[in-house]
Order: sequence, then C-alpha cells, then structure tokens
Amino acid sequence: MGLFKIDCSNGKMLCDKNQYKETTFLEKVKLNLYLIVCSECRSYTSNNNKLTKALKSKKVHNVSASEKEFLKQKLQEQLNAQK
Amino acid sequence: MSNNQIDPTKWVDQYSDYLFNFTIARVNDREVAQDLISETFLAGLKSMKNFKGEATERTWLISILKRKIIDHYRKSNSKKGKAEVHINYKDDESEGDWLEERVADPFDKTAEDSIQNEELGEAIYNCLDKLPQKQAKIFRMKTIDNFDTEAICNEFDITPSNFWVIIHRARTAMAGCMEKTWI
Repeated sequence: MGLFKIDCSNGKMLCDKNQYKETTFLEKVKLNLYLIVCSECRSYTSNNNKLTKALKSKKVHNVSASEKEFLKQKLQEQLNAQK
Repeated sequence: MSNNQIDPTKWVDQYSDYLFNFTIARVNDREVAQDLISETFLAGLKSMKNFKGEATERTWLISILKRKIIDHYRKSNSKKGKAEVHINYKDDESEGDWLEERVADPFDKTAEDSIQNEELGEAIYNCLDKLPQKQAKIFRMKTIDNFDTEAICNEFDITPSNFWVIIHRARTAMAGCMEKTWI
C-alpha cells in the first residue's frame, strides 16, 4: 500500500492538477482512494470543482489580447497628444 | 497626503477585465462594453489631474465608468419610441396596450439566477484582484488563458512543483473569496 500513501497537502495538489486534467492514471487512483478517507480533501475538491465550473462559465468575459492591445494604443495616442 | 498614485500605462492590464465584466453585466453587449471602457480610459486620462488620491485608481475608474453607462442609457432612451408598434383595438379598455407588453416573460429562469450569472464575472475578477500580483498572473494564464504548465514555468523561471504550489494558493484564496458571496 506504500505506493498509494499520500498526505493531505499532496492530495490537494493532485486535486488542483486534476482540475486542469493533468493527472496521470496512477495519480487519479491515488487521489480517489485518498478522498475516501479525507473529508477535508473532499470538501476542498467539491469547492475546487465549483470554482472551475464558475471560471468556465460563459458569463465570465475576458478581454482578448488584441482588444487590449487596441485599448493600449488608444491610450498611448491620447497620452502623447496631451504632452 | 495619500499614497494612491495614478499610472495610465498599467490601466489596460490591471483593470480592463474587471471593468469589462462590470460593464457587460449592465449593458449586455460586447461592443458597447468595449466602447464604454475605452471612453472611460480616455476620460480618465483627460481628468487625471483631478484625481485626488482619496480613492484607489480602480474605484475612481469605476465611478467614471458608471457615468458612461448612465450616459449610454440616456442616449438610447432618447431614441426610444420611434419604432414601436401600436395596435389599435378600438376599445377603450385596452387603450395603450402595447405589443411589447404582450410578450410572455421567459418562465424558465428566475430573476435571481440571471443576476447571479451576470455578475459572476465581476465577482471573479474582483477576487482575482485581491491575490498577490504574481499569483494572480500565473493563475490567470493557467486557468483563463489556458497556457501550458511548461510555458508558464519557463516564462516565470519556476519549477513545476513550485508552480502547483502557487496554483494551490491561488485556488484556495479564490475559493475562499468566492465562497463569501457566490458559490
């Protein structure tokens, strides 16, 4: 069982990795086994899932890099004009 | 004197996402929101010397933005009524019954969840602003802009395990901050 033994901070880190789907198969098994015994990690996981879901929601808008570039240009022009 | 300084060169990077989400929750149109934000920044530049430093830069920009949003609605309100359809029922009781008033309300969503959704982006960027700068930047790149772990590690010159620790701290802080109001 030594192979599957992890501690809480380790479990949380695996949970974070799992949010980005960057865990290996072995790590997933470890995480899920650990979740059975650690209630703190379970609640962390559930919050983490909610956070990921919220961040992926269509209602979260972000300004794209090109739009930002455009805004910056406009600002710079205005700044130069004021000097 | 206060220590709130003003630095327009950083505005776009620091505030545009928050302002954008703030605006879009209120005007519901990407292009209008874009315009309003660029107007806000330009207006901010013009009145930079009026910035007393009593509030933070962000609060100050938001107060300009609010004015801009109000102006936007004033403008669109003055165009109202030019293209309305009025049905004449020839009956005194339904006099003034406008076609728009007969459209059914969407029954599948409640006011509350649409408010929650509209303001979610604002809440997220608000929380993101409270993180330490480096943490916020890395978290953003990873979660919102979907960069590879490796690319981020290279850019910031950190090891992957270092990276995951930062992500963990950011996520914990974000969840804590969101929990108070949202999740």
